[in-house]
Amino acid sequence: MSVFQQVLIGPLKDIGSNPAFFGEVVIGGILAGMLYSLVALGFVLIFKASGVFNFAQGVMVLFAALTLVGLIERGAGVWVALAATALVMIVLAFAIERAVLRPLVNQPQIILFMATIGLNFFLEGFGEMLWGANVKKLDVGIPDRSFMAAGMQINQLELSAGGIAAILVVVLAIFFQKTRIGRALRAVADDHEAALSIGIPLKTIWVVVWSVAGLVAIVAGIMWGAKSGVQFSLSLIALKALPVLILGGFESVPGAIVGGLIIGVGEKIGEVYWGPLVGGAIENWFAYVLALAFLLIRPQGLFGEKIIERV
Amino acid sequence: MSAILEIADVSRSFGGVQAVQKVSVDIPRGEIMSIIGPNGAGKTTVLNMISGFYHPDHGRILLEGTDITHLAPSEIAKLRVARTFQNIALFSGMTVLDNLMLGRHVLMKSGVLSSFIYWGLAQREEVAHRKRVEDLIDFLKIQDLRRRPTGSLAYGLRKRVELGRALALDPKILLLDEPMGGMNQEEKEDMARFILDVNEEWGTTIILIEHDMGVVMDISDRVAVLDMGLKIAEGKPDEVRVNPAVVKAYLGETKTSEVRHG
Repeated sequence: MSVFQQVLIGPLKDIGSNPAFFGEVVIGGILAGMLYSLVALGFVLIFKASGVFNFAQGVMVLFAALTLVGLIERGAGVWVALAATALVMIVLAFAIERAVLRPLVNQPQIILFMATIGLNFFLEGFGEMLWGANVKKLDVGIPDRSFMAAGMQINQLELSAGGIAAILVVVLAIFFQKTRIGRALRAVADDHEAALSIGIPLKTIWVVVWSVAGLVAIVAGIMWGAKSGVQFSLSLIALKALPVLILGGFESVPGAIVGGLIIGVGEKIGEVYWGPLVGGAIENWFAYVLALAFLLIRPQGLFGEKIIERV
Repeated sequence: MSAILEIADVSRSFGGVQAVQKVSVDIPRGEIMSIIGPNGAGKTTVLNMISGFYHPDHGRILLEGTDITHLAPSEIAKLRVARTFQNIALFSGMTVLDNLMLGRHVLMKSGVLSSFIYWGLAQREEVAHRKRVEDLIDFLKIQDLRRRPTGSLAYGLRKRVELGRALALDPKILLLDEPMGGMNQEEKEDMARFILDVNEEWGTTIILIEHDMGVVMDISDRVAVLDMGLKIAEGKPDEVRVNPAVVKAYLGETKTSEVRHG
């Protein structure tokens, strides 16, 4: 068999011969992709509103999940723990605005970026100090069972997770496009000075976006934690969110969603069908290579605002 | 004529530079007041202090008798003091319509939660404000630009949209920082017309910084002259034009008795 046949025809034949299995692979990819999307969404929200690239978004996911697990372990009910965690993330947003953003206002972007790296390590250490460093099982009461549909095996937990993520995305999209505060958020993202001049208080807006990013982090934390346990490697999914952002565009909410799905599905299909040809591990580098290709061809991303320069 | 805005003994320095020194100006309600002066005279600093972008080191600023000296820009906007910028600060990724609707931000009430819970209420509010914005779009003759992102507009039109966004606040006081800077003669005349119409139609008090002396003398009720951070003259255009201190500031040591017109 020629190389051409091996690379192009063989895997496609496999796909055709067992469409139900292919469906399972795609669904698995979509669910993984939704997680990337959620983390990327947190990045996009903060980046849009404050121009800050929040390196700590991944750790915020971890911190939210740790807090939730910690509270449940100490006997709080799921809903109580959830509400308390939401409260913690909102308090965190206030604290970040007060202690990090406000003192650094009008500083170059790189300074703010460095500050979020600092925040990253602080949250990691603080989370560990509060809740310990062991891997924890997160049980939010959704059974981890599978059922069969159209010949495919579908996991109930993953399905609910996907549903929740989808609802969250729709709510956020409406919030951004249709509400007064959402429009104010977009305005701040566009021009700080102009936003101030029409009466939009920057501090309030920052607290709102960091809170929303915190709430998104909780959802991402629950989904990821329920699947593979709450552990410190959770903060590393932030690294997967980076190619998602490059793909979708740093300022686009739909971009974060679609970018996450493309990468999630792409890497699963690549791994299952093309992986054996190169000895596996496609899942680990697929996202980054795709991002690299995008940087060369379409640097603003799929949905990013076109880079217009006026001379 | 009572003053709507009192600037009392205001000073501000940046590092070692005294940008504004003990300047006092009363702005009469309903008038067009121009602040002129050579480059670096401190005109924009005064405007920035009124709108809260800078705070004075000394002195007070009173809006209708209330001290606004240390309020944040967003709080001053809530008191319906609107402004434009020398270098145009528009939301360039958003449409003309969105920019103008945002100008009404502080006049709208619905918050995060209420806009989800009382969807209909928020929508009704939106419609009411949209009506006012449409009036402004007609007023500024930018009907065909509604859906255009402002970043794609020509310079003169962006200046006009920025004026529109400031007007959308239904301002008591409108601060204009070089609204005609970089415009050609025709655009300047249009802008001067808009400024006069705003003042006549809605009685808006206008504080104007402008370099084009011809325009300033034509449209202003009063003129204050700054030089090196100090107020050196104030009065009606005709008085200021022949004031020896003003002539000296503009032309240096000379015997000319009048600042050249235009």
